[in-house]
Amino acid sequence: MNMLASIPGVLDAAVLAQASAPAPMAQSQLAHYMFISAALFAIGLIGFLTRRNLIIMFLCTELMFQAAGVALIAFSRFHMNMTGQTFVIFILTVAAAEAAMALALVVLLFRRRESLNAEEFSEMKG
Amino acid sequence: MGFMMTLSTILATLASPIAALAQSEAAHAASQEAGHAAEHVAHAAEKIEAIAAPGVGPMWLLLIPVLPLVGFVLSALCAAFRVKSKLPAWLTVLCLGASFAVTLGMYLQVSSGQIANPSVATGFEWIKVAWGAGDAHSIIANFGLYIDSLTCLWMLFVTGLATLIGLYASEYMAGDVGAGYCRFYAAFNLFVFSMSCLVMGDNLLLLYLGWEGVGLCSYLLIGYFYKKPSAVEAGKKAFIVNRIGDLGLALGLMLTAVHFGSIEYSVIFAKAQPYLAALSEGRLGDIPAVVQLIPVLLMIGAFGKSAQLPLYVWLPDAMEGPTPVSALIHAATMVTAGVYLVARAYPLFLLSETALPIVAWTGALTALLAATIGMAQFDIKRIMAYSTVSQLGYMFAGLGVLTSTGAAFHVFTHAFFKAMLFLSCGAVMHGFAGQLDLRKLSGVGSMPGWRVVGIAMLVGCLNLAGFPVITSGYWSKDMILGGAFANPHMVAIGWILLITAGLTAYYTFRVYFRVFVGPKYFEPGDEVHGHAGDDHGHDHGHDHAHADHGDRGHGHDAHAHFHPHAPGWAINTVLAILAVAAFAVIGLRFVGGHEGWVSGLIEHSSANYGGHAMYAAAASHGGEHAHATFFGYDAHQAMMYVSGVVGFIGIAVAFVLHYAGRTTAAKSRADALLPLVGPLAKWAQGKWYVDELYNAIIRVPLLVAAHVFHLIDKAIVDGIVDLFGWVPKFTGSSLRPSQSGVLHGYALSMAGGLAVLVLIVVMVMR
Repeated sequence: MNMLASIPGVLDAAVLAQASAPAPMAQSQLAHYMFISAALFAIGLIGFLTRRNLIIMFLCTELMFQAAGVALIAFSRFHMNMTGQTFVIFILTVAAAEAAMALALVVLLFRRRESLNAEEFSEMKG
Repeated sequence: MGFMMTLSTILATLASPIAALAQSEAAHAASQEAGHAAEHVAHAAEKIEAIAAPGVGPMWLLLIPVLPLVGFVLSALCAAFRVKSKLPAWLTVLCLGASFAVTLGMYLQVSSGQIANPSVATGFEWIKVAWGAGDAHSIIANFGLYIDSLTCLWMLFVTGLATLIGLYASEYMAGDVGAGYCRFYAAFNLFVFSMSCLVMGDNLLLLYLGWEGVGLCSYLLIGYFYKKPSAVEAGKKAFIVNRIGDLGLALGLMLTAVHFGSIEYSVIFAKAQPYLAALSEGRLGDIPAVVQLIPVLLMIGAFGKSAQLPLYVWLPDAMEGPTPVSALIHAATMVTAGVYLVARAYPLFLLSETALPIVAWTGALTALLAATIGMAQFDIKRIMAYSTVSQLGYMFAGLGVLTSTGAAFHVFTHAFFKAMLFLSCGAVMHGFAGQLDLRKLSGVGSMPGWRVVGIAMLVGCLNLAGFPVITSGYWSKDMILGGAFANPHMVAIGWILLITAGLTAYYTFRVYFRVFVGPKYFEPGDEVHGHAGDDHGHDHGHDHAHADHGDRGHGHDAHAHFHPHAPGWAINTVLAILAVAAFAVIGLRFVGGHEGWVSGLIEHSSANYGGHAMYAAAASHGGEHAHATFFGYDAHQAMMYVSGVVGFIGIAVAFVLHYAGRTTAAKSRADALLPLVGPLAKWAQGKWYVDELYNAIIRVPLLVAAHVFHLIDKAIVDGIVDLFGWVPKFTGSSLRPSQSGVLHGYALSMAGGLAVLVLIVVMVMR
């Protein structure tokens, strides 16, 4: 930072920090985010366990996924550490690719059995 | 040599002891003995010089082993080309006859000095193992022949008898013309080849090759009738029992190689010379224990091959083979290989304090045991087998009591008369469809067409019984008996052998008086005999002989059309030649060396040299007499009378019990004596239950041990290995139900697991 500041034409770091420095999140606020994250995860989990349709189940896993994302962002803001947010951006990217692949697999599975019922697919039984 | 000369020598030999007996004052006898001892020391002094380094023998000597090998190849080719004639027999007789002719040439040249005695004829380099420079670091075994007079003696009767018996077998085996005939003659030739390697080899390894070769041929020929379970069993038994002996021979061979650094006779004898010198000077401590062990090991091999206690049990069973095989291999030649081995390695045997006494005692006890068994058997071929064991015992006893000449002479005479006895029994077996039971045959010798067999049998029996003066068996047995009584440490053996001589005369003539003379009677055996194509023109009289006994109600109906099959020209010729030869060899007792032709041969071979050294040692140490006496008389001369009388008594007893007053074949006066001997006769007939004893103390424990080890292998060794497979298998099968394949199940367990983890974390954090 000092090196940047010493270069002419670059904004003074202290000024920049003062202008846009957000306040850290309060612990009570964090609890709200945590509650939302947990609720999302629980909804996803219950959906995954109760539904038989592969697409719905896939969507439920996405829900649990995003619950984890919410928790990461909240903690990132709470600790004022941007790593968590960076990580979530990566997760979203990967999730997009993964969703494309998963849906393709679902299509293939459907072609095979003419059904989307998860219980139809139990060939790996021991 | 004129006949008159021979006769006068016999008379002179007989007359001299009469003079000695007449003036048998103690003092005189003592002085005579002293003279004897001195004579022997003097004799020893001139004989102790080293066995000469061998000269170079001519290459044509190799024809002796090679010709039988050619015969083997030709017979095998006959088999390959499916020859259905007697061709292999004629090829064999030709090859073996040629081999005999070459042997005769060898003998003549050796005895005239044209071939050095000893000499070595090397065919080719066979085995050479070297682990460094110089002779000390190599073992050489060439395919070379060691020629000395001992070799000549052995090869003369081996090739000679093989030729004659090959001729005999051409008729005897006629029923099997075709594949069996070729197989028989191939093995026959291979046997003679192996035997000549054994006898002529210039090293112990070639002897071992021949030793195993004759064992193989013996196995093949005993099991010739391989569809008969008993023949297969007998072959196996012979092979396995011989293996035990061969182990001893192999160990002896290896120890010789280790200690002497060579297995060639010439080198061994040269290296044994310092020990022999030490022996003759009485320095027994200078002979290392290893050297004393070698003959003991070699001896075990000899006992196996020559059917001595405790390894004799295979020979009687070996009679399952065709009779020519019994005659050649199991009576005349192969079984004398052990005697040959001891005679050949005699210098080594002398170096051991224990080896020769063991040889003597084993031989004597075997002779006695086998004779007692022979007395009670009913199968005539088996009686002859036991008598072979017994006579081999005599030979070993002869070697053991230091009369290697007597042993070798007995080997020589025995080869002729025992082969003849077997061949006569074989002719009977051949003619009466395998009948060998002496209770079911009688008066065979007087049936038309059986004259020659009857005479041959009589000659053989007289020889085996040791009928005084006119038989060669008498002279050779005498030499051993005399040697035993003359050796001060071996008098007990002399008595055993003397008793055995009486028993021998009895059981031999038991066979003769039962089977060959007396009322004519026969029951054919149950062997189906292929007569087809044989001429029956010569046995007209048989219907008559048969009709004579039709009224005795012996169930002849089943064999109503059976005709005894009198022997043809080949069998008769061979028997006639052997009968003449058995007498002719008497002459050999009175020409050549001081104890006859054989002693001349033995004295110039390895079987002699040390003998004199031993006498010298005995004489020079403690002033011991080298010569013992028989009740004050010279043992050799006394034996001429005593053994003759003993033999005569045996024959007379057999005459009274088995001939005089006998009217049927099955019964004789001897039966009346059975209650007197109690269970002894039964036990002797059961061969003293030696087979059963071996079965109980060796075979059964081995079998039990084998089963126990099998169990240990199955339960423990296999169990541990199986455990390694079983553990993952069990784990897998017990965990498998958890893999239901239902997605929700997995999800639920994951969620549950997560919940538990979270719970734990929360609990811990608090």
